[in-house]
Amino acid sequence: MDYSLTLLKRVLTEAKTVAVVGVSSNPVRPSYFVARYLRLKGFRVIPVNPGLAGQELFGETVYPDLKSIPFDVDMVDIFRRSEAVPPLVDEALERWPSLKTIWMQIGVEHTEAAAKAEARGVTVIQNRCPKIEYQRIFGELRMGGFNTGILSSKL
Amino acid sequence: MTKTYGFDTLQVHAGARPDPATGARQVPIYQTTAYVFRDAEHAAALFNLQEVGYIYSRLTNPTVAALQERIATLEGGVGAVCCSSGHAAQIMALFPLMAPGRNVVASNRLYGGTITQFSQTIKRFGWSAKFVDMDDLEAVKAAVDDDTRAIFCETIANPGGYVTDLRAIADIADAAQIPLVVDNTTATPYLCRPFEHGASLVVHSTTKYLTGNGTVTGGCVVDSGNFDWTASGKFPSLSEPEPAYHGLKFHETFGALAYTFHGIAIGLRDLGMTMNPQAAHYTLMGIETLSLRMERHVANAQKIANWLENDPRIDFVTYPGLDSSPYKDRAATYCPKGAGALFTFAVKGGYGACVKLVDSLELFSHVANLGDARSLIIHSASTTHRQLTEEQQRKAGAAPEVVRVSIGIEDADDLIADLDQALTKATA
Repeated sequence: MDYSLTLLKRVLTEAKTVAVVGVSSNPVRPSYFVARYLRLKGFRVIPVNPGLAGQELFGETVYPDLKSIPFDVDMVDIFRRSEAVPPLVDEALERWPSLKTIWMQIGVEHTEAAAKAEARGVTVIQNRCPKIEYQRIFGELRMGGFNTGILSSKL
Repeated sequence: MTKTYGFDTLQVHAGARPDPATGARQVPIYQTTAYVFRDAEHAAALFNLQEVGYIYSRLTNPTVAALQERIATLEGGVGAVCCSSGHAAQIMALFPLMAPGRNVVASNRLYGGTITQFSQTIKRFGWSAKFVDMDDLEAVKAAVDDDTRAIFCETIANPGGYVTDLRAIADIADAAQIPLVVDNTTATPYLCRPFEHGASLVVHSTTKYLTGNGTVTGGCVVDSGNFDWTASGKFPSLSEPEPAYHGLKFHETFGALAYTFHGIAIGLRDLGMTMNPQAAHYTLMGIETLSLRMERHVANAQKIANWLENDPRIDFVTYPGLDSSPYKDRAATYCPKGAGALFTFAVKGGYGACVKLVDSLELFSHVANLGDARSLIIHSASTTHRQLTEEQQRKAGAAPEVVRVSIGIEDADDLIADLDQALTKATA
């Protein structure tokens, strides 16, 4: 899947509240440090994990599932196996008629579920990491010698 | 990507946005060893690879990072790691792939120094190399075994005359679920982009055409981002938990960027073959004019190879841009803008005439280097390929009766005049 920098930038600029499904409380797991990173960058991060429900992470209560979140989110970020994606997409679409984005992490892809969400007008990103894309778009990956695809003579 | 740019634009701009601290338009030389952390949490996140940033210049440096992004962009890769030399780049490229007992299948036409590194030095890591003729595809297939972790070749072989059929070799690597590593030093991404022909990794000696003026040594490893490090289970360094980073799995965590992160976080951290920022500065300067120089290099090489081939004092010329070359069609496929600027020729009169030719030239420099703006000549058999047996020298295209030239960007007619007067003395 190839996503334009314009699309990724729009997604990451529009999203203010992100539900992270499958978040871990182990600081060295990607699901923890990606969520923590997004929090550091100013996103409101809503942790979702039935095993940690009721605990607190990133200053927010952990919810057991998406339907229990009592307010709107802009984006759902999925840290689950690809097979687990369809019911999560169904749950998210039912819970939030105005959901903007469903994001599937590196290694997570589901064509049919993605098509279903896209048919509802939701932007779907698959097999990518929002932290890495944020780092690419907002300059951090420059520090590591990665190809950001960005050329600019502006400060 | 949102917008695509031409090569000439990328070679000037990629990686070199204005300096965020000062607005400096040219990439500053960040001559510093260490970088201040915002706070303890920032430091911890950097050390845990949870944020990208500067810790210590053995790992990352802003000047070197600009060069890495530029080379990665020109090659069409996702990321690059620069290091202290081309030889360092070869070890850095293999390090994440190999382990004791594993082997690399390598071209028997590699640069002599690489053959020595692969046949002798890497054995001390418990690695080994199997050398095969890359034109014998059955032999390449047969050499790949369960312990093979990479196939390694050069785009245009040094000392020249040979172009590898990258697509055919990449297909063998794909079938074996191992990466094809291509040394693209002699072609540069201007003449050939190996990722477009199926390679997974590219290495460079940036000392050569990329810097272009013979000032600094450097190397670079570029990742296409296309190889699946998890699928086969053959690359545990990238797919399995890394004990030194709390069990972090590089491929799971960084996806297409895994190999490059590993190169910084493990390779540079523990092997320490770091490029210094001064070297990165010179190479950034050089790359700004890469396409302009390469156009002249290949035009001069073609003209001089033609002239030599028609000279009665010359036995044969190996330039792949000549009609007489068996690799003419392959060069047209892989290097359509020109077949490089490196080739060998045999002087009638053999070893003695070669030595006399080298001694009689005025403009050509007798040095062990290539890819300089100046034209260079060397008698490979007695220098760069000296550690090899005569049989190995012949297989590598460095037989005793041939000299290797790296054609520079001077006036071709002046170079031809210099060769003419020296050949007269050499064959008198």
